[in-house]
Amino acid sequence: MITFSKRQLKIPKFARDVYLVTGGNSEFRRAFPEKRTEELCIEALQEAAKYVGMTATELKKYIHTCYYGHFADHFGDQLLGEAVIHDRLGLDPLGNIGVKTGGATGGSTIWEAAKAVASGYSDCTLAMGWERMDEVPTDEGNNYISCAADKDWETPLGHIYTGYYAVMAQKYWNVYGREEESFRRTLAEISVKNHGYAYHNPFAQAGMKITVEDVLKSPVVAYPLRALDACLMSVGASCVILADKETAYQMCKQPLLLYCAAGSHTLRVADRRDMEIPLLPNETEETYKDLDKEFPGGERYPGFTGFLAARMAAYYAYNWTGIKDPCEDLDLVELHDAFTISDVQTYEDIGIRPYGRGRTYVESGDCYHTNPKTGKPGKLPANLSGGLIGCMHAVGATGIMQVVDLMYQIHGRHAEIHGDPERWKRYGKQKPKDWEDLQVKGAKRGLAISHAGVGSHVTCTIVMQPDARLDK
Amino acid sequence: MSGYSVKVVEGKYNLSGEFHTIEPNQPILDEKGKLCGITNPRRIVHHHSLGGEAPFFQAITRGRLLATRCDNKNCKDGFGSIFLPYRIHCPDCLERNTEIDVTDLANKTARVYSFMVCERSGAFNTLEKPIRFVNVEFDGVATILMSYLLGKQEPKIGMKVRPIFRTKKPTYTITDLAFVPAETAEKDLPADFTFSK
Ligand SMILES: [Zn+2]
Repeated sequence: MITFSKRQLKIPKFARDVYLVTGGNSEFRRAFPEKRTEELCIEALQEAAKYVGMTATELKKYIHTCYYGHFADHFGDQLLGEAVIHDRLGLDPLGNIGVKTGGATGGSTIWEAAKAVASGYSDCTLAMGWERMDEVPTDEGNNYISCAADKDWETPLGHIYTGYYAVMAQKYWNVYGREEESFRRTLAEISVKNHGYAYHNPFAQAGMKITVEDVLKSPVVAYPLRALDACLMSVGASCVILADKETAYQMCKQPLLLYCAAGSHTLRVADRRDMEIPLLPNETEETYKDLDKEFPGGERYPGFTGFLAARMAAYYAYNWTGIKDPCEDLDLVELHDAFTISDVQTYEDIGIRPYGRGRTYVESGDCYHTNPKTGKPGKLPANLSGGLIGCMHAVGATGIMQVVDLMYQIHGRHAEIHGDPERWKRYGKQKPKDWEDLQVKGAKRGLAISHAGVGSHVTCTIVMQPDARLDK
Repeated sequence: MSGYSVKVVEGKYNLSGEFHTIEPNQPILDEKGKLCGITNPRRIVHHHSLGGEAPFFQAITRGRLLATRCDNKNCKDGFGSIFLPYRIHCPDCLERNTEIDVTDLANKTARVYSFMVCERSGAFNTLEKPIRFVNVEFDGVATILMSYLLGKQEPKIGMKVRPIFRTKKPTYTITDLAFVPAETAEKDLPADFTFSK
């Protein structure tokens, strides 16, 4: 049984408030043979400038330090790729640094950029992330990703990260999923939902109208997971601009408050040791009194059924921002749906549902924009961008894209950006005739989870209207 | 590609032969002959230190399974914890752990905590597919070792297993350790593998 000290469990805070001023995405695709990475990053920065009615030149004059999220030098075949982008963005003479935390790189980049503003070092920072995953064949890409696991203890086992990850899915499937066909269908519903939302998102790589049967018939990747349960491999870039209050209001009319917290857990799942479940504000010891009786095999925490890093990121973020219950206090979320089953694990880690009950978030219809059971707005819509399954997973950009999409929602400008027929055309796509406006009416607070691999790093970013703050 | 050798002589790397090969690059054209990019081929051999974990990797080639234990009485969370993966230092107090032989414990108590049958692999994979990943629990061990299952049987949670060792033609990687269902007979072991010695 391992324990954490009071100091380790201290609730974080910023020395001053941090505001999200603007953000932007490039388009996302499996491959961009005709574009260099810098072209995608410039596209994202230009989007961010335009969103607040500035030129890129005007926006750049505010930026004081730069944070670049880029998971794998190997993929782009360029060491210090961050410096190449910084150079091409023409941001001399500003201090800049690269951030790498695997799948959580995007979220971690925001974490760093926010702290620079909060400390007072900078009044305005850039967090830019990207990934270039199209320059090696898929099996060599899989090898590179597996090199982010322990090279001596894990990588030689198949050179396939999915294998190291999927053992956790298997345990969850067995213990909390009870290997039920009905649970398998619930997982498929998540894929249908996220591909379906991506269908209305012009930035997205894999918008599709599919059915539960399509998911269940797609090829097995690692039983019970199938191809349509898995996230995409993508190329693209995303950025956000953060600032202190005064600067933020000079730059735009409606900046949003931003908080970002981070947690970690062992890089090798093999090293996970037992501990008590750290409780979130909406849980008590009573919540888990009978957990192992109800779900035999769930005796170990986190075992392979939960992600401690996600739980801790939520613990820090909720206690800091004053969120008591995510379903009551948040209006929408963007979660790291690397696989449908890890999406369910995250519902539990971040307290949308208690451990063991994640599936009910989908089965109740709460996770939808419009609850299919009632026809009314979903209680807490998830991954309206399409997420990693439907929109993109260009690793270093992912956690940033989520926050950009939350921003569109909280500003009430989602339809303006996603519904613009010119944008669809520019990306070589036809805006669907049955395009739907996925704006969450009156959205004030949103949360994004950025998650690395088997759960080594997780960040929890919360953005909200300044008048909706709960911590003062 | 084995036109090279690496040795350690008097505490220094002693390298000889070819560690990379040079191949010309090629243009990438579109269907109309427009230049889109170039290929950048390379083959590189790294030499990598196993450092304080080397005893573990040597032991599995000899049919023994080593773990480590924190023996620091002042270590509140870690004292007495057994680590497998072999950890050189205790993650709690950072004192150097004591090496212990857990071969007999593994022979008697190893069981599958979770598993995954994986049809795919990445480049450079040397294992036969599908790969049957198993996460193995042992009595009294704080951690859950990742390995793979050989033999004809499909893995199951709770299944009793035994470690086997590639003692005949070792690769000196973690793939020299695998598991088989506990009731497997010596004669049915895969080529190059034996039970503990
Ligand atoms: Zn210790």
